[in-house]
Amino acid sequence: MRFLPNFKGYDFFPHDLRLPFMRYKGLCLTLSIIGMALALLIVGVRGFNYGVDFKGGSMLEVQANSGAADIAALREKLGRLGLGAVQIQSFGSPSDVLIRVEQQPGGEAEQQVALKKVTDALQGQYITRRTEVVGPAVSSELRMTGFIAVAAGLLAIVAYVWFRFEWQFALGAIVALTHDVLLVAGIFALFQFEFDLSIVAALLTILGYSVNDTVVVSDRIRENLRKFKRMDLNELLNLSINETLSRTILTGCTAIVVLLALYIFGGEVIRNFNLAMLLGVVIGTYSSIFIAAPLLGYLGVKREWVGTAPQATKADAAKPPSGRANLATK
Amino acid sequence: MLHFSTWKQIAIILTCALGVLLVLPNFFSKEALARWPSWIPHSQLNLGLDLRGGAHLLLSMEASEVRKDWLDTLRDDARKRLRDAKIAVSGLGIANNVVQVRLSKPEETDAALKELRGLIQQTGNVILGTSVTDLTVTKGDAGVILIAPTEAGIQHRVTGAVSAAIETVRRRVDAMGTTEPTIVRQGSSRILVQVPGLQDTAQLKELIGKTAKLSFHEVHPTVSAAEAQQGRVPAGYKVYPGEDQEGGAQLLRETPVVRGDELVDAQPAFDQRTNEPIITFRFNNAGARKFGNFTRDNVGRPFAIVLDDHVISAPVIRDAILGGSGQISGSFTVESANQLAIQLRSGALPAKLTIVEERTVGPSLGADSIEAGKLAGIVGGAATIALTILAYGTFGIFAVVGLCVHGILTVALMTLAGSALTLPGIAGLVLGIAMAVDANVLIYERIREEIRSGKSPIAAIDAGFTRAFITIADSQLTTLACALVMFWLGSGPIRGFAVTLTIGICTSIFASVTVVRLLVFYWLNSVRKTRRTFEVPV
Repeated sequence: MRFLPNFKGYDFFPHDLRLPFMRYKGLCLTLSIIGMALALLIVGVRGFNYGVDFKGGSMLEVQANSGAADIAALREKLGRLGLGAVQIQSFGSPSDVLIRVEQQPGGEAEQQVALKKVTDALQGQYITRRTEVVGPAVSSELRMTGFIAVAAGLLAIVAYVWFRFEWQFALGAIVALTHDVLLVAGIFALFQFEFDLSIVAALLTILGYSVNDTVVVSDRIRENLRKFKRMDLNELLNLSINETLSRTILTGCTAIVVLLALYIFGGEVIRNFNLAMLLGVVIGTYSSIFIAAPLLGYLGVKREWVGTAPQATKADAAKPPSGRANLATK
Repeated sequence: MLHFSTWKQIAIILTCALGVLLVLPNFFSKEALARWPSWIPHSQLNLGLDLRGGAHLLLSMEASEVRKDWLDTLRDDARKRLRDAKIAVSGLGIANNVVQVRLSKPEETDAALKELRGLIQQTGNVILGTSVTDLTVTKGDAGVILIAPTEAGIQHRVTGAVSAAIETVRRRVDAMGTTEPTIVRQGSSRILVQVPGLQDTAQLKELIGKTAKLSFHEVHPTVSAAEAQQGRVPAGYKVYPGEDQEGGAQLLRETPVVRGDELVDAQPAFDQRTNEPIITFRFNNAGARKFGNFTRDNVGRPFAIVLDDHVISAPVIRDAILGGSGQISGSFTVESANQLAIQLRSGALPAKLTIVEERTVGPSLGADSIEAGKLAGIVGGAATIALTILAYGTFGIFAVVGLCVHGILTVALMTLAGSALTLPGIAGLVLGIAMAVDANVLIYERIREEIRSGKSPIAAIDAGFTRAFITIADSQLTTLACALVMFWLGSGPIRGFAVTLTIGICTSIFASVTVVRLLVFYWLNSVRKTRRTFEVPV
């Protein structure tokens, strides 16, 4: 330890900034509700560009043996196989091509026949780097489990928040989380980015990240409720958001930097996953500041549960009780 | 307080050392590892199929086929029971998934009912009292008895069939000579086959795509298949189609002389005269006796070899075959003979398996993905380290040490648990690092806050760690809830991601809180020795 340089970090965050978040809570909530409604509308109208996992059919990633892939020739060649809609696009480098064959009518075995036709047609000119074939039974199951997974994740989180805080916090969290999931889903529907199983994993992680943010702010609100018993609720919420803002921003920046690295260097295969995560971190950070806490301003929080704790001063080091906070007697 | 007892310090340091020891083998080649002393752990992190390349097949067993086979067996059993009880039967057939028994004398209905009820078996857990019957035997119209399988009975049969199929599939895949295939049941009627390193799945699919039910049948002595198709098929006989759609059909006795499950060996070979690929086989004792008796009694007549309900050849018996071995010739190629030999050796599948999902990743893509993951990890990690040290100075260095411990322990636990690292898993790992940083950010921001409110350095550090811990625990537990849901519901990529995320969360509290706190404790001790007053370098 003696040889370790002692130097202070650069505290770049202006801590005396008291941003009046709560003054604009109506505007924020209205904008968020409009955003959610728009996202729902887009998902409803445009639908998702489901990947093979959810739509069924086949997907092949192939690489030309030499030089760049001739997409026009491929399209012409595979179009003649009579497999219905065949999508061909370049993937990452000019020699890599992604081929999607729609689900063939007739059941599970037909998908295998289609895959064989395509690989036979490509023989010699291309090497197959990846294939995914999902039959009708599995794809509808995956769609179902994907949906249930997100819903169950949401419920698990809300149950936990409810257990640890008041129901108002849980309601704030569920609105914020639904907002995050809807917006990311809406953006995926709007730009028709491919939506597959990995995006479901991303949505679940976004839930985890966003609730992480929300919990940090909520913890501070709970602490401040004990500390400043007479403070106006809106003012208290505003203070709590501001006090945790430096942490929110710094952690958000770290997450975004890491995800950007993954997005840029992590390879083509998980690019969509990383894109969803990036969007989710940004939207999730927004939602815990601008939705979860302001919503508490509307819902109100029972103040009396602060209970028997002595009027605390700012230097009070009493630990907030763990477990359900309203257990304290009046 | 910021105090650590000696045994606690030792425990923390030992945990970190153990982590390093467990991770170490990953940086050496297999050959180098072989020369290590045996007390050092040798196991390396498993790579998922998407990183090392390989094939993933999800097979589904058709319940309808299992049901059909069972109904056939039931019909034969019913016939045998009634014959043994000397109850005459005028008709026995299967319609609408029910075996219908028509008795010659309706007055024997009750006796027959009693006899047939003996076929009923209990399935389910008898001890827990959840057992149900697998069949219902009821009276139909006058003189008719209906034997119907129950849903629970079919489920039970499918479960058993899947278990048997897993064994067969394993033997067939092993025969391909691939390394470390994974073959496991998934759900009630599915089998997951994962073969690392396998790129071309065509052979694998051929091998497991056939049930390979082999049987040897008696050919009807007088009526030909064509005649039977025009007129009435004699009782107990059935027309089996040839291998290709045109000719080759034969009218055969439905109950075979010998079945393929009485084979003990099958090998590909060449016919010495024609030089065509053939398959030589050997029966077990019981099979050899049955086949011997049959061939002795039927010299000069043809018999048929049937594979999956298709006649593959119908040779004429020249001599009695008493040794229990023989050969099958058909229109084989070297490859198909080899394949059929493997299938016969490993036994028939109880029912056909359909491929419902297939994913393969070529080795070149896997290697590319690993490279990309490494690069992203290095860039992301370096950026995180730079950001942390810039923001928190000396304490930032402690946080970075905590991060390294976090990474090491995560990989160590994954190695220990034998869970595979997948591409989404790498993303989970990197995300875990970002989450671990969050714990330190929470602590350090809190310390700064306490200092701003006028606390002494030691009190501020202490309050920072204690207060932030509640928030950290809360935020990690909610993420854990999410990860567990992913693990519970997820398959494939979701599951791999959930595993790394869960392990990452578990290690991050130890690494980012406990380890960092210990470092801060050492730092405080050394600072207090040299100086009276000091500032907290955050």
